[in-house]
Amino acid sequence: MDKVMSNKWIITLYILPALLFIAVLIVIPLLLSGYFGLMDWDGIGAMQFIGLDNYITAMQDSKFWESTLHSFLLAIFSALSLLLYLVVALILASKIKGANFLKKIYLIPMLLSSVAIAQLWIKVYNPSNGMLNSILTSLGVENPPAWLADPNIVLYAIFIPIIWQYAGFYILIYYAALKNIPESIIEAAKIDGASPIQIAIRIKFPLIMTVFKVTIVLAIVGSLKYFDLIYVMTGGGPNGASEVMASYMYKLAFSSYDFGYGSAIGFLLLIITLIVTFIIRKATETKDTIQY
Amino acid sequence: MKMKKAFTVLTFVLICCLLMVACSGEEDENSASGDSKTVKFMHLWPEGSSAQHYKVVNQIIEDFETENEGIDIELEVLSNEQYKEKIKVQSTSNELPDVGMTWAAGYMEPFVDGNMFASLDDILEEDNLSEEFVAGTTDAFSIDDTAYGLPLELNISSIYYNKAIFDEYGLEEPTTLDEFNQVVDTLNENDVIPVALGNRDAWTGSMWYMYLANRLGGDEDVLTSAIDRSGSFEDPALLKAAEHLQGLVNDNSFVSGFNGLADQEAKSMFMESQAAMYLIATWDLPNYTTNEDVPQEFRDSVGYFPFPQVDGSGDFNSYVGGPGVGLFVSENSEVKEEAKTFVSYFVKEWGERAVTEVGIIPATKIDGEALDLPELYVEVLDDLNNASNITLYADVQMSASAAQVHLDMIQALFGGEITPEEFVKTHEETLANEE
Repeated sequence: MDKVMSNKWIITLYILPALLFIAVLIVIPLLLSGYFGLMDWDGIGAMQFIGLDNYITAMQDSKFWESTLHSFLLAIFSALSLLLYLVVALILASKIKGANFLKKIYLIPMLLSSVAIAQLWIKVYNPSNGMLNSILTSLGVENPPAWLADPNIVLYAIFIPIIWQYAGFYILIYYAALKNIPESIIEAAKIDGASPIQIAIRIKFPLIMTVFKVTIVLAIVGSLKYFDLIYVMTGGGPNGASEVMASYMYKLAFSSYDFGYGSAIGFLLLIITLIVTFIIRKATETKDTIQY
Repeated sequence: MKMKKAFTVLTFVLICCLLMVACSGEEDENSASGDSKTVKFMHLWPEGSSAQHYKVVNQIIEDFETENEGIDIELEVLSNEQYKEKIKVQSTSNELPDVGMTWAAGYMEPFVDGNMFASLDDILEEDNLSEEFVAGTTDAFSIDDTAYGLPLELNISSIYYNKAIFDEYGLEEPTTLDEFNQVVDTLNENDVIPVALGNRDAWTGSMWYMYLANRLGGDEDVLTSAIDRSGSFEDPALLKAAEHLQGLVNDNSFVSGFNGLADQEAKSMFMESQAAMYLIATWDLPNYTTNEDVPQEFRDSVGYFPFPQVDGSGDFNSYVGGPGVGLFVSENSEVKEEAKTFVSYFVKEWGERAVTEVGIIPATKIDGEALDLPELYVEVLDDLNNASNITLYADVQMSASAAQVHLDMIQALFGGEITPEEFVKTHEETLANEE
């Protein structure tokens, strides 16, 4: 049996289907979108090769930069909210009453589809009879904001459900990592007289650092290509105030029928995400790994 | 050793299976059906969301198949957004259905330019079919005087209002913008939302702007000529319309937060009697007449009035509206003749059935008197017969990318983010760039 599995031909044969799938479903479309980005094409008629024109247009397109800025703002917010998730996970992991119940509560948003979450929050944000403004009015606020209609607020109003949506996922990861820390280390610290906060900052956090780094990459890359909730809740509006890179790409390709330009934006999105990932990996690189 | 052999054989079988699955996708479908020909028809009225439409389409297909031996109709039904995406993918790979649905003007232009749609002039001439259509409706589906689609629906927009609310506060249908403003003031004083508007779908806000432009423009259709470039978007009437629109917003005419509301949400506000007025097109008529799911009490209390005159100018018989979807025949279809026979049959049959069974207004002429219809319906049909002008929806007139700019600008104008001057300037620049 071992002999068979070490046969190079057999190995190749077994990997081949997966490789084919990756090539057909991921690599080829990626290359194609880069190729379409070089075309003037409405997605229907004949393609016309225009070189790097689409990419040059993108560089001068204020809407593209605006949506890129929004994507980065989302990335920063998501990265910051990781600290919040971590605090929650630390509390949950420290043997409080009802931790299991709370864990399940936090997981609920993960079980809902993005569209359902969007519909839920649209109701919450409804300016005249939504939950949020009803509470504000009863508290005596005279003109509560129209959350999804105000261009200065809409972006942050959408960040909140996104952060809420992923809370369970990250809390679960941290919780699992924290539970992996050997009890003896914590006991030793306690005997040395460390306070719970000191234990959390000096011992637990460093010990799950590798996990934390992974989640930073996940959160930032996920934010840069984020699309669904924004598309359903505002469609990028009003007037582009909540447009992110992915929704702008979709709008160009499928609403404005500028498939070439949309593909170019998609390819730029890929490049930007790759660069950011690379930078984060470099910045958080450490040689020595902690061993329990 | 035996094990190894068995394993290699197993692997071989596995690979063969994979290859077979990969290759079995394409089968020749035409050869199987013998003498009869199959016309593939794709439409966007699924049973779930458009039960009446769906039923009538099926009846027409059934009747067609009995009357035309040897032609089978193969049906595919998708919902609106899915339809739009699928048709786009199919056109890219040259696999459009033989008969399908398209929107007018700007939407279908790329398809016509790409040589995807067949000319339907021959069916229009045959049996004088063109006489059957309401004047102007086929024009919206024509490019360079060739028809590439036959319209199925005709819509005009009016302001629908809640008679019960109007009665409660002693209000009457306004005929001028000043009267309209007074109505709004009274409603605001009594804490009733005057107008439901879901401007997240900016085409609804666009209708308000179009009507203001239409009324201020007088007899000439300034908006249409600005878009087709025989005129300019810097026409004083178009600027003035933008100013009036912001005036309406500043007077709190619309529900607060309209830029964040979808049309569906605005509609439900109107239908739950939370808002007094709602500007929408006749495709919504069933909700106010025949739809059994809507309480009878509410249906009885809905009336409508034409958009008021503005600054003493404007013709009540001039409407904002246009044909909805129409049928096209694919240029590359292998059964083009049969497809055309079907299309011609379909539009003829659709006319009366659309009114009596679906409750929408078809693009073909019908005699409202002869049919037993709800009162509101007869009024609308009357208005349509007397219409002096129908200005086609701006976002339909424009190319897809210009329409996107228009819709964004509408949201910005409503939201007070830009001045009326910037509004007309951006439009003029966008349209001039496309020439």
